[in-house]
Amino acid sequence: MKRTPARGGHGRLAAVYLAPGMLGFLIFIVLPLVASLVISLFDWPLFGTPKFVGLDNYVRLLTGDPVFWTVLGNTLFFAVCYTVFNLVAALAVATWLHNLGSWGPFFRVLFFIPVVTPMVANALVWRLMLTDDGVINSFLANLGIQGPSWLSDSHLAMGSLIAMSVWQGIGYNIIVLGAGLNGISPNLLEAARLDGAGAWQRFFRVVLPMLSPSLFFCTVMTIIGSFKVFTQPYLLTLGGPGDSTNTIVLYLYRNGFSFDKLGYASALAWALFVIVMLITALQFSQQKRLVNYDN
Amino acid sequence: MTTETLAKPEADKRLAHRRHATASRTKRRVGRYISRIGVIVAGLAFSFPFLWMFATSLKPTSEIFSTGASLLASRVEWSNYLTAWTAIPFGRVIINSFLVAVSGAVLTTVVSLLSAYAFARLQFRHRDKLFLVFLGTLVLPQEVLVIPLYIMMNKLDMVNSLPSLIVPFAFGAFGAFLIRQFLLSLPVEYEEAARIDGAGSIRILWSVILPLVRAPLAVVAVFSFIDYWSSFLWPLIVINDVSQATIPLGLSMFSGERGTDWGPLMAAATLAVIPSLLVVILLQRQLVKGVSMGGFGGR
Repeated sequence: MKRTPARGGHGRLAAVYLAPGMLGFLIFIVLPLVASLVISLFDWPLFGTPKFVGLDNYVRLLTGDPVFWTVLGNTLFFAVCYTVFNLVAALAVATWLHNLGSWGPFFRVLFFIPVVTPMVANALVWRLMLTDDGVINSFLANLGIQGPSWLSDSHLAMGSLIAMSVWQGIGYNIIVLGAGLNGISPNLLEAARLDGAGAWQRFFRVVLPMLSPSLFFCTVMTIIGSFKVFTQPYLLTLGGPGDSTNTIVLYLYRNGFSFDKLGYASALAWALFVIVMLITALQFSQQKRLVNYDN
Repeated sequence: MTTETLAKPEADKRLAHRRHATASRTKRRVGRYISRIGVIVAGLAFSFPFLWMFATSLKPTSEIFSTGASLLASRVEWSNYLTAWTAIPFGRVIINSFLVAVSGAVLTTVVSLLSAYAFARLQFRHRDKLFLVFLGTLVLPQEVLVIPLYIMMNKLDMVNSLPSLIVPFAFGAFGAFLIRQFLLSLPVEYEEAARIDGAGSIRILWSVILPLVRAPLAVVAVFSFIDYWSSFLWPLIVINDVSQATIPLGLSMFSGERGTDWGPLMAAATLAVIPSLLVVILLQRQLVKGVSMGGFGGR
């Protein structure tokens, strides 16, 4: 805690400034978070009386509901693939654009466009492109290849969602990593060059360690984002075929608003919350080992 | 890669370096051309979904799938835009989206500024602990909160209303965090000078702080505008009357039981994308700065 000035600090003034923010924080973040834990202990239909069931929802989640394990597996698979593809490609593109000189900023903004356009619009045009007789398969047909069913083949559907999602989200990481690259002193790279380090050596020995704070940030944010995947399966595949692209948030949405099981949906929400918390905590505990903060 | 340079005298090293530089200059120039051609190709491929969206929005329904991979159809079908406009009350939906996004952005920005100022400049008990708790919610997925929020809106009889789209999401920590970081980098002397001149705290906030934090304020406003503009899950949950829908929800309502009418749908999607494109074109500097500021915030 900071030293308080002679007249006891600015307690009253601070209360005035903080009132709107903290009131909203309590009502719309803290209260719902606690409420969701309480609701998860009930059998809670939207219209009708909630019935206390203790940990039943969690027990069913873990032992009686095979769909939960499917959606959990799907979400983890999505998270891993999405994060890896996104980061590797973003790093490659950011480095490329960084060395492109005056053209870099223009293309950096171009790659950012899908991030700020409504995901629904993006997802719908991808659905159109990926249909059986859509433009992707027309391209392939021109090359003499019979295109597959991108969205209705259970082996390909998740891959299609990952491709669309990487396209949608990569621009954000390109900009963060680009800013990180701009922050690396050219003298450092020049020194490495004079010491005889080749391009790859400079990249792995100088650029990557210097970039590790930005990379760490991107990794944390990308993983958190990936666990919330909803719009893509909702609009492209409806979670199908079967449950092959069903995800935690889509399943949560269905339980809450199609099956009228708000209690069970809340248990799912807490499962999501706990998973995201654990992964984030794990990353931060590894931060010292992985991230190089000294300049 | 040369390793013997360490032993050689400095002048020799420089000479070797220069010779190496001249030799590789042409190579580098060729490399730059290849790189530029490459990035144009990559940029076009990356933008293709938007090109396809726009191209499809101008195709007659009968030709959408028969034109294969061609961007052009036999004629330009502007009427898709008219159909899009009338199939759902699209004018209303666009107005809703602007109302929600603008008032959401204003609310978020004002609340964030006030909190940021208190956390950065005022002394009070448990300040840093409180800020840390607040900050912790940056990693809380909003999706966790939708069930209780929906029950809350239902109890308050606010389902199907625009305020229910705006109010619950104006209190995240991102804006306050960004502005606070910026404030911390500014010297306190400005405010102290104003205080000595007899300015009250409201006056200081309005005429000293506000002009200084314009940049991060713009970043917060733009990003929350985009968030509200693109938000889908929450509107899908809380709105079921198309007259109260925002654009993403309106778009998702297009696909009916009779299948999807792709021409008008892509026309509507194009209309939904245009404001975001304008934001990107007009505010690219601030956007890049904002993302990278947020990025460094991860430290």
